[in-house]
Amino acid sequence: MATVAEQWVLVEMVQALYEAPAYHLILEGILILWIIRLLFSKTYKLQERSDLTLKEKEELIEEWQPEPLVPPVSKDHPALNYNIVSGPPSHNIVVNGKECINFASFNFLGLLDNPRLKAAALASLKKYGVGTCGPRGFYGTFDVHLDLEDRLAKFMKTEEAIIYSYGFATIASAIPAYSKRGDIVFVDKAACFAIQKGLQASRSDIKLFNHNDMDDLERLLKEQEIEDQKNPRKARVTRRFIIVEGLYMNTGTVCPLPELVKLKYKYKARIFLEESLSFGVLGEHGRGVTEHFGINRLSGQGYCFSASLPPLLAAAAIEALNIMEENPGIFAVLKEKCKRIHKALQGIPGLKVVGESISPALHLQLEETTGCRERDVKLLQEIVTQCMDRGIALTQARYLEKEEKYLPPPSIRVVVTVEQTEEDLEKAASTISEVAQTVLL
Amino acid sequence: MRPDPGGCCCSRRPVRANSCVANGEVRNGYVRSSAAAAAASAGQVHHVTQNGGLYKRPFNEGFEETPMLVAVLTYVGYGVLTLFGYLRDFLRHWRIEKCHHATEREEQKDFVSLYQDFENFYTRNLYMRIRDNWNRPICSVPGARVDIMERQSHDYNWSFKYTGNVIKDVINMGSYNYLGFARNSGPCQEAAAKVLEEYGVGVCSTRQEIGNLDKHEELEKLVASFLGVEAAMAYGMGFATNSMNIPALVSKGCLILSDELNHASLVLGARLSGATIRVFKHNNMQSLEKLLKDAIVYGQPRTRRPWKKILILVEGIYSMEGSIVRLPEVIALKKKYKAYLYLDEAHSIGALGPTGRGVVDYFGLDPEDVDIMMGTFTKSFGASGGYIGGKKALIDYLRTHSHSAVYAASLSPPVAEQIITAMKCIMGQDGTTLGQECIQQLAENVRYFRRRLKSMGFIIYGNEDSPVVPLMLYMPAKIGAFGREMLKRNIGVVVVGFPATPIIESRARFCLSAAHTREMLDTALKEIGEVGDLLHLKYSRRRSVPLLDRPFDEMTYEETED
Repeated sequence: MATVAEQWVLVEMVQALYEAPAYHLILEGILILWIIRLLFSKTYKLQERSDLTLKEKEELIEEWQPEPLVPPVSKDHPALNYNIVSGPPSHNIVVNGKECINFASFNFLGLLDNPRLKAAALASLKKYGVGTCGPRGFYGTFDVHLDLEDRLAKFMKTEEAIIYSYGFATIASAIPAYSKRGDIVFVDKAACFAIQKGLQASRSDIKLFNHNDMDDLERLLKEQEIEDQKNPRKARVTRRFIIVEGLYMNTGTVCPLPELVKLKYKYKARIFLEESLSFGVLGEHGRGVTEHFGINRLSGQGYCFSASLPPLLAAAAIEALNIMEENPGIFAVLKEKCKRIHKALQGIPGLKVVGESISPALHLQLEETTGCRERDVKLLQEIVTQCMDRGIALTQARYLEKEEKYLPPPSIRVVVTVEQTEEDLEKAASTISEVAQTVLL
Repeated sequence: MRPDPGGCCCSRRPVRANSCVANGEVRNGYVRSSAAAAAASAGQVHHVTQNGGLYKRPFNEGFEETPMLVAVLTYVGYGVLTLFGYLRDFLRHWRIEKCHHATEREEQKDFVSLYQDFENFYTRNLYMRIRDNWNRPICSVPGARVDIMERQSHDYNWSFKYTGNVIKDVINMGSYNYLGFARNSGPCQEAAAKVLEEYGVGVCSTRQEIGNLDKHEELEKLVASFLGVEAAMAYGMGFATNSMNIPALVSKGCLILSDELNHASLVLGARLSGATIRVFKHNNMQSLEKLLKDAIVYGQPRTRRPWKKILILVEGIYSMEGSIVRLPEVIALKKKYKAYLYLDEAHSIGALGPTGRGVVDYFGLDPEDVDIMMGTFTKSFGASGGYIGGKKALIDYLRTHSHSAVYAASLSPPVAEQIITAMKCIMGQDGTTLGQECIQQLAENVRYFRRRLKSMGFIIYGNEDSPVVPLMLYMPAKIGAFGREMLKRNIGVVVVGFPATPIIESRARFCLSAAHTREMLDTALKEIGEVGDLLHLKYSRRRSVPLLDRPFDEMTYEETED
């Protein structure tokens, strides 16, 4: 049946051809010929209609001059010449040839010099050598790493833990592992540079809220909720994160965790807590700003693609955890000292103390800035140098001025450790006071 | 095989715009269209270039083509696995099969889930099945022989239990230990122990604050003299050296020309810098030249402003391919077009060259021609960390503007001491010839191993002199099988699959070391041969071409014609 119908159509077609007017046939013929011609003609790319001859291109290549690879750095750039520390950076530190009491290294629990730590590291060195010769995936996982992760998880009361070989890389890799393009992140404005880099690598939407200002955060969360209601489909797949630090490096303040947890459950966001300063400092047992964040095995780039932590450092860390668990009293001691120095440094003419009284890293900023950041930095550097001459090692807090989003004002960082005695604290306070008076007035 | 690029991969993930093979890329070794493939199946493997005197020694690099049947079977294999994956997902969804992966806490059940189901399809259904080949924990020094902790899984690799046994003296062909400095005894270890006693383990501060020890200054001077550059700077982590310094060097308005197969750290550094990134085909100088020409002639897209700077990112040895960068040609191009060259010598420093100074030494070039020489201390020096070397102006700038110098803690003192001692040994400054012997032993091992594997009939990628030896497996099931079989025979190998490699080009990767003796290599070769027969891995269709069978001697580095 079908073929008969087809044939019938074919006959019709042939008949139509005979009966068609001549002009129609001629037009169709021309069109067919034109199509055939186009099919066989050479194609040309639109881009190269730029009309540059080979000679012109060569001239352009000759003429082009790049900028120098790096701009020249002036000889008296404040960060160019580093302080040279001879010997270990312990409580009595030798900086640029001068013996000082160390108020600058982050050695809160005084574990840098601890003989137990050194012994554990030495034992590990004798067993494993120094390097791990590979990333975690390829024979770079040692039993020491697994032990350390286990101990950390137990100490922090979380399900699992994971270690990185570089502090900066930890948060900078962890953020992009969870938060991807299209997700929303609420960050405190005073977040440290590592967090900023992690956010940049994650390509998520970033919303900043004022430092420690829960009302501001709530406002942003509410706005987001309204957005979500407009587009519920998208909202269902967008993850939300709140990133805060336990103890802020740049301001020495603690984040208000209970309020954050309330907000978290109200607006269904996950909290990222960066505890590099608060771990081993805050809390009765040094567990940090205690909040449970069930960390699953991470897949961050700095974990997968990078050599694992040298085992001697892991062994030292395990021993440090042992020490922390065995004498929880040191945290109370540290707190006392923090409060003491905080009080002692109040009232220095020209300088104000920034940071909470329980924070072991506090900042001394100029009460009245000269108006120019460079001059402020110079003044503070003068204070630091003179303090070092008198035996107190201090340092300015360093930032990459052009790269930070919210550049903190220049300041001197004072670090409290359990090794500092009463006299040390007194001496520090009085020295800073004297020097500040000479320099600033 | 490794989980998908959400952030989780194994070492050396090549960033490809399109990891599918079928779009007919020009790259050697890819499956070409059947007509061309049939015609060129036997030839076109060795690639000796003399190139007008730029190369002082023969450059033998080859990537044999994937046999057509093997390619087809590999795709079929992946297809079957995907189908099974869907089936298992279905069963898990309807609770017929137990679901093992991480689940939310009760209170957070209505939060948006952290992982999209689809993203993890690959991880759940393909990677998990052969997961026991990775993250194998060890409990001894990662030298030529290593002790691996035995683990068992009763739920198909979702969780592991340690039986308590230790598999002793496994021949280690997976760790990056090119010169054999991963040792727990000897002068390096003693020096490191002494420094540990004196300095302790930590530094607790950044370089710009109070973390700059005299040890760091000593180390940097030594690195500069080792490389033959004006100054150098050392960092605590190799990955971070790239990801934190490239943003300090280039910014928006600059152009980065990056090799196809660059490491994740280079890619991350390039992305964080904000510059425009263009990718050229792997080790392909024509592609690079075309990009350079176009960049200078046409300028920035749309505005046509000239680029501020052009930075070429290459690596010395590419660890997934075993190929060595064509450095003489890159330098010639760089000089002609006034671009800057960033050379990442993570794998090649210490491992190539008659005096172990890396790929610049290997080609007999001038270190001043490379603007930024970067490398790591993890592989050939048995320590950790990275360095950057170059002109004094560059290093001064990095001292003030590098992210790592401002925000990250500096190298640990015993680690720095290990590097110092190892470097002095290689340079011969410790009074012995141990360094030179190690370098020669490594070169000898490399040539022997590669020659023997090729003669057995395996497909081996890469350059004749590269200590990284990729052996092609192709099919997904063989990845797991190879790893397990080799471990049964007491040899530890590294296997890699998608997405660190193209989907059909899974491979096993051997890292040779100066610490491997001839007996160890022979044992390993025997076992590899056995497993190769068992798993039918001898794909090479070239009849073995016996290289001039000449034992290695010092003259090998001086000759110019093969």
